[in-house]
Amino acid sequence: MTTRLRTILLLTPAAAWLLAMLVLPLVVVVVFSFGERAAAGGYSAALTLENFANLGARWAAFKNTLMLAPAGTVLCLLIAYPLAYYLAVKADPKWRTLLLILVIVPFWTSILIRSYAWIYLLGGQGIPKLISTLGLGNPRLINTPFAVLIGIVYGYLPLMVFPIYVSLERLDKRLLEASADLGSPPWRSFLQVTLPLSMPGVATGCMLVFILLMGEFLIPAMLGGGKVFFVGNALVDLFLQSRNWPYGAAVAVALVVIMLVTVTAYMRFTRRWAGGRDDVSLM
Amino acid sequence: MRFYAIAVYLFLYIPIGVIAVFSFNAGRYAAQLQGFSTQWYGKALSNPFVMEALQTSATVAAVSATLATIAGTLAALALQGVTGKPRMIFDALLYIAVMVPGIVIGISTLIALVTLFDWLNPMIAAFWPVAESAPKLQMGKGSLIAAHGMFTMALVVIIVRARVAGMDRSLIEASADLGATPLGTFRQVTLPQIFPAILAGFLLAFTFSFDDFIIAFFVAGSETTLPIYVFSSIRRGVTPEINAIGTMVLTVSLLILVVAQSILQRGRRAQTG
Repeated sequence: MTTRLRTILLLTPAAAWLLAMLVLPLVVVVVFSFGERAAAGGYSAALTLENFANLGARWAAFKNTLMLAPAGTVLCLLIAYPLAYYLAVKADPKWRTLLLILVIVPFWTSILIRSYAWIYLLGGQGIPKLISTLGLGNPRLINTPFAVLIGIVYGYLPLMVFPIYVSLERLDKRLLEASADLGSPPWRSFLQVTLPLSMPGVATGCMLVFILLMGEFLIPAMLGGGKVFFVGNALVDLFLQSRNWPYGAAVAVALVVIMLVTVTAYMRFTRRWAGGRDDVSLM
Repeated sequence: MRFYAIAVYLFLYIPIGVIAVFSFNAGRYAAQLQGFSTQWYGKALSNPFVMEALQTSATVAAVSATLATIAGTLAALALQGVTGKPRMIFDALLYIAVMVPGIVIGISTLIALVTLFDWLNPMIAAFWPVAESAPKLQMGKGSLIAAHGMFTMALVVIIVRARVAGMDRSLIEASADLGATPLGTFRQVTLPQIFPAILAGFLLAFTFSFDDFIIAFFVAGSETTLPIYVFSSIRRGVTPEINAIGTMVLTVSLLILVVAQSILQRGRRAQTG
């Protein structure tokens, strides 16, 4: 058996799987987005741009997503950076691996259960009750944009910490010594050496979190209570309740196009001042 | 700095801890702890709907992770010898698989398969000897396995490929020089070196499938997986039973992840040291 034949045989199952369950379905979505809704729901063949012209009807979902996804990404970044810095620079090397694993592990556990935990904490019997017992007013926390942001940070913080940690850990410590020897105070070394050199990690982390947030459904569904809904919630409604497949397909295509455009623009922009990005594995 | 780190760790683990603590709460209500009890675990484990959902989730996760690990490992091994355009296309597909939001994977799989089944079912019925007993293709465990496996296979390829790339090639050459057959070399030299990555890939694939809600929500058909059961129960109201199920699910995935991590770390150490 030639090497070439063997390679082809070994690749066939994976390639067939990707073709049947990824490429083909995505093509179907694009085709359907130009179709019409059948009388009983579902799809009937047509070639029309009407679905795309009607996208404005779901503008609120797009607006929420385009506001809360970047806001959530920035919030994750602000909270993750100091932690990544601590882990990479300050933490005792003996404990470093364990501390890092403790950050990453929650990301791989059920996001459903973790969001549920916040329903519990932010709901009427949780933190609000505590606050009102302390006599500090009677705040409503669950089903607000605030609750959705907490859920987002809670869900995606690990994904932000890890790439930043990797880029900070690779940083050549001699550069910092040189900076100190040349008379820079620590804050200045941080701003002029550490921060710029960690930008590839920041860029990767922001991109990963942003991409996942754009397609989010669970967190707004559970913590936003129907008031703070994302495009993902609109898609669930269109496909599982009103069964308007062609219009839903158009919404999905629009979502993916917006994602691709933002991510490409972002990568162009960051590459200029970050010099490429790190490829980061999540385990 | 250190206090900040502690605060973030508390933020990450307190909510999980609260769920775990309240799952042992004797009382029904969230606000008051009324003593220790395992009654909610008993309730959850004797609920036939929970057990059926658990069985569905476990079956789908085991089968999809096994198939994904086999197909993914074969592909990762083959990809060493692939360059140029085919390699670029395959890499692009892998990244699309990992990057496209789960919800888009879910809806595209749903409409593609339902359309395909609507088209195939009349044909099968027409050719079946007894039209009434003709099998009907529908969404269910099969579509769950196919959709989960596609995504987790991409993960397995990425994990195993990294390990294959870091493998000591001279050992393979030495084995061949000493007269081992390609299959013998694979069994005795290649497999032991990449096995940690394969196992870790399998465990991750299993956890992903077991925990996935959004893809399953679209492609499960009339089947109920454990996350779908939990989601619809939460919709009906928060009960202590959910705390017990949640704690069990978290414990299982935490255990699997710790095992996967330690296997990968040990593998890395063996490789570099």
